[in-house]
Amino acid sequence: MDRSSLSSRSVQWAFLALAAGAWYLATATGSVSRLFLPPPREVFTALVALVQTNAFWSAVLVTASTVAKAYVLALIIGILAGYLVSRSKLAVATIEPVISGLFTIPITLFFPMFILFFGVGTGSKVAYGATYAFFPIALNTIAAFANMEQRYLLAAQSMGGNRWQIFRYVLMPGALPVLFTGLRIGFFICLASVLGGETISSVAGVGRNIALTAELMEPGRMFAWISFVVCMSVVLNLLAFSFENRIRAR
Amino acid sequence: MASLSSATSTPAASSTPIWSRFARSPFWLRIALIAAILLLLEYYGRFHADPAFMRPPSAVVEAFFTSVISEPKIVSALWLCITEISIAYGMSVVFGVAIGLIVGATKFSRAALFPIILLLFAIPQVSFMPLVILIFGLGPAAKIAFGFSHGIFPIIVNVVAGMRDVKELHLRGARSMGASKADIIRHVILPNMVPSLFTGLRLGMTLTLLGVILAELYVSTGGVGYYTRVFAENYNPAPLFALITSLAVIAIFFNEIVRIAENTLTPGKRRAPRIQSKSVQK
Repeated sequence: MDRSSLSSRSVQWAFLALAAGAWYLATATGSVSRLFLPPPREVFTALVALVQTNAFWSAVLVTASTVAKAYVLALIIGILAGYLVSRSKLAVATIEPVISGLFTIPITLFFPMFILFFGVGTGSKVAYGATYAFFPIALNTIAAFANMEQRYLLAAQSMGGNRWQIFRYVLMPGALPVLFTGLRIGFFICLASVLGGETISSVAGVGRNIALTAELMEPGRMFAWISFVVCMSVVLNLLAFSFENRIRAR
Repeated sequence: MASLSSATSTPAASSTPIWSRFARSPFWLRIALIAAILLLLEYYGRFHADPAFMRPPSAVVEAFFTSVISEPKIVSALWLCITEISIAYGMSVVFGVAIGLIVGATKFSRAALFPIILLLFAIPQVSFMPLVILIFGLGPAAKIAFGFSHGIFPIIVNVVAGMRDVKELHLRGARSMGASKADIIRHVILPNMVPSLFTGLRLGMTLTLLGVILAELYVSTGGVGYYTRVFAENYNPAPLFALITSLAVIAIFFNEIVRIAENTLTPGKRRAPRIQSKSVQK
């Protein structure tokens, strides 16, 4: 590690320390209401108490299985639809603007319809998360397969590659980086939308518990839930990035 | 698997020239596709669907006039929503560009501060929504705050990315011709940033809309969220769909303003890229 990256690391650690110090000081001096920002120690003890309860793990399980179902649905439909559209230039020109145009509208608008159709149970959250994640996955699948360099395909064809070989050795390796970007964005949109759906209207799950502890005015437990979500998303993000870099490097 | 040649060849069109022109035009095909979907919904909604869950598009249009636009309370809730989006977006642009310029200013500030911004951007903000409501109350302030906290990040990220991606050749060219540091910022770095800035402004608008709508739906005691809940709980889908469609039209309107501004103000008339519009953000 050279000197400049060492000093930029130290700025990052200083920022973290500053944030933590500000948190501690603001709560210790009582300048911020305990309701909006409980002291770090209280949040930590609440988190430790929380992970020892069964209710915590069942809520996490509900959210995890909802995200998993929604993501798998979006994965299958998004990749399939994206690949089929990418096979024809006319289909790309016709359908791609519709999908990207719809994606700029917050799909959250349609959440009341999901509740109407699928009820307040996990079904509506699966459908909502899958719908939201479908868009980046389909768009990136189209981009990955439709923007392939024609030279490579022609070269593979002229060297006598059959369809399967071209798919396996030219299309797939060329498309994977862009495809994986879509899969990563799709996953985190899926996670956020399931959490959001649970927060707005549901009966179980992590999002429901954040909303519930806020309604019950239990800031310690609410911050414990929030910090759990924040830590999980940071870990998942780091995993996704390192996975994506591995794919790129190959 | 479809054949590879189909990706390059034009599809078969019928023999009449007008038809073949329509069948090859993406624009008309798109119109036809949307019309077909609407017709299908109309047919299904009219003859097969349970009226407690779904109504045909014609009934939704009717409900728009009879129970959305004619209700002064709903209209004022929609206006309030538009105001919230405008204020939240205005704040996102001002603070986003300012913070972006500070973070992107030097190589060191980028290396030190940009990872912090990216990390904050990666956190699902929706988990803070109940807290935001707790702090700012049930009124418009919470919705503006939540829209702002969503909209600011893509703007910062794209401003920094635009300042980072200056070609070394251009910098060296300017320096060798005796440009001062201020000259370089004014004539090289800022113009280079413009396309990326507009990408950020576009994504910022999308996320501002998301933040405001999320908070609106979560607070179901007033505003638009109240009416969506009332219509959904009374199994009255026609006005619900009409209200949602009006909000979607508002969202499209805001997005179009940003896109038109982008297309007219970007030097070199580079059209906004539509493919991968989301994947470039991180």
